[in-house]
Amino acid sequence: MKDPIIESRRYEASPTRLVVTLGLAGLLSGLAIVSAYEWTRPRIEANHASALREAVFRVLPGIVGLQRWAQRGGELRPADEDRAGERAIYAGCDDRDQLLGFAIPAEGAGFQDTIKLLFGYLPDQRSIVGVEVLESRETPGLGDRIYKDQAFLDNFRTLLVDPEIVLVKNGTKRAAHEVDSITGATISSQAVVNILNAGVQEWSRLLSATRTGSCGQTLEQPSPSGRNATSG
Amino acid sequence: MSRDGQNRRAYQELVKGLWRENPVFVQVLGMCPMLAVSNSAINALTMGLATFTVLLSSSLMVSSLRNLIPRQVRISCYIIVIATFVTVIDFVLLALVPDVHKELGAFIPLIVANCMILGRQEAFAAKHPVGLAAADAAGMGGGFALALFGLGGFREVLGSGSLFGVSLFGAHFEPWVIMLLPPGGFISLGLLLLVLNWVRSRRTQRSEDLVTAQGNPSR
Ligand SMILES: Cc1cc2nc3c(=O)[nH]c(=O)nc-3n(C[C@H](O)[C@H](O)[C@H](O)COP(=O)(O)O)c2cc1C
Repeated sequence: MKDPIIESRRYEASPTRLVVTLGLAGLLSGLAIVSAYEWTRPRIEANHASALREAVFRVLPGIVGLQRWAQRGGELRPADEDRAGERAIYAGCDDRDQLLGFAIPAEGAGFQDTIKLLFGYLPDQRSIVGVEVLESRETPGLGDRIYKDQAFLDNFRTLLVDPEIVLVKNGTKRAAHEVDSITGATISSQAVVNILNAGVQEWSRLLSATRTGSCGQTLEQPSPSGRNATSG
Repeated sequence: MSRDGQNRRAYQELVKGLWRENPVFVQVLGMCPMLAVSNSAINALTMGLATFTVLLSSSLMVSSLRNLIPRQVRISCYIIVIATFVTVIDFVLLALVPDVHKELGAFIPLIVANCMILGRQEAFAAKHPVGLAAADAAGMGGGFALALFGLGGFREVLGSGSLFGVSLFGAHFEPWVIMLLPPGGFISLGLLLLVLNWVRSRRTQRSEDLVTAQGNPSR
């Protein structure tokens, strides 16, 4: 006679079998994920690099080439290699190989989450000439107008940073250091202004001690057709 | 079962997800991505296709391994399978469509937690052969993607006055920003559910009337 308990036990997998099944599943999953990662990584890195490059060209109108700069021995200078944890900025050079200005990454708290942006800065004129939002999760329809509303972005075509950038109610911008806010997204507009002020504060001392003028060894040689070819 | 019967069965499994048992409109599953990423047609379409791909691949995998997976660890195994496909899709989207990926943000990894996917593994793929499991997954995934895309298109047209970023009504149209915000998601979904349930009940009503009119005694 068959014992029903023993019968039903037969369908119970042994502990070893359970562990082996899960171990095998984990192993195969790991292999699949690592292969996918390795397979897509070059493309993802290239996307990041080209997005950043294009942003640099947009915030510094008139440049044809760029150099990566970082702090080396207490001062800012061209630094091609990437050191872990280091913060870099990008120098833009015009078609006569003159250093035009810098594209500076900066970030800070927005309405929803951290806003990351890049701004073009001319140290000689102490002014901002362009802003590009790189990353933001601001509310669609409200906060996202900081990068979708052209009228707001036009504030940053020539914006003096002295004594400091000030957000004013929409339509009341008078002075060259004032920014018209976006109605309904005052918090996000204020966040952008705060990030810019903090970014200028952080870099302007280092930048004022930096020689400007010739780009010298432009790391990325501009091609004769200028911007299109170099940003391609 | 005859070959013909098999095909008919597979066809039924395929179409049930699109309408009769639609995961969104009938089962009301997967509401989190449904409301969160349906603020534009392109976001909704990408999310729908990503979910479809994950569901189809997972169902194929689970169904072909169904006799090897011990009962006690089956849920863990399903989750491993689903999470693996989601991670792969995440990388692929990041490589191919970085802009859309940026907008979808955390919601791609969260496909792992879409109860519709795990639900189909437990309720269907683990008990049926590969062909039927694929039909079921394609139907459910397709039904989900269609619903998401419908909602995304609806919200983008009203909330931004555009479809796939192409402006529809010209400059004088004042977009209904509310449609892009979370309340707009709930309102649109509610309206769509209302319309579809109305259509559905009218259909059943009509077929019932037909049956009574014919004096069918079996009713
Ligand atoms: C759901 C929701 C999301 C919002 N998102 C943002 C946002 O991303 N950025 C923002 O500046 N304000 C946002 N606001 C509005 C702010 O709470 C605040 O009302 C607004 O910034 C004030 O602008 P105003 O002074 O022009 O009226 C949001 C409000 C709600 C209800």
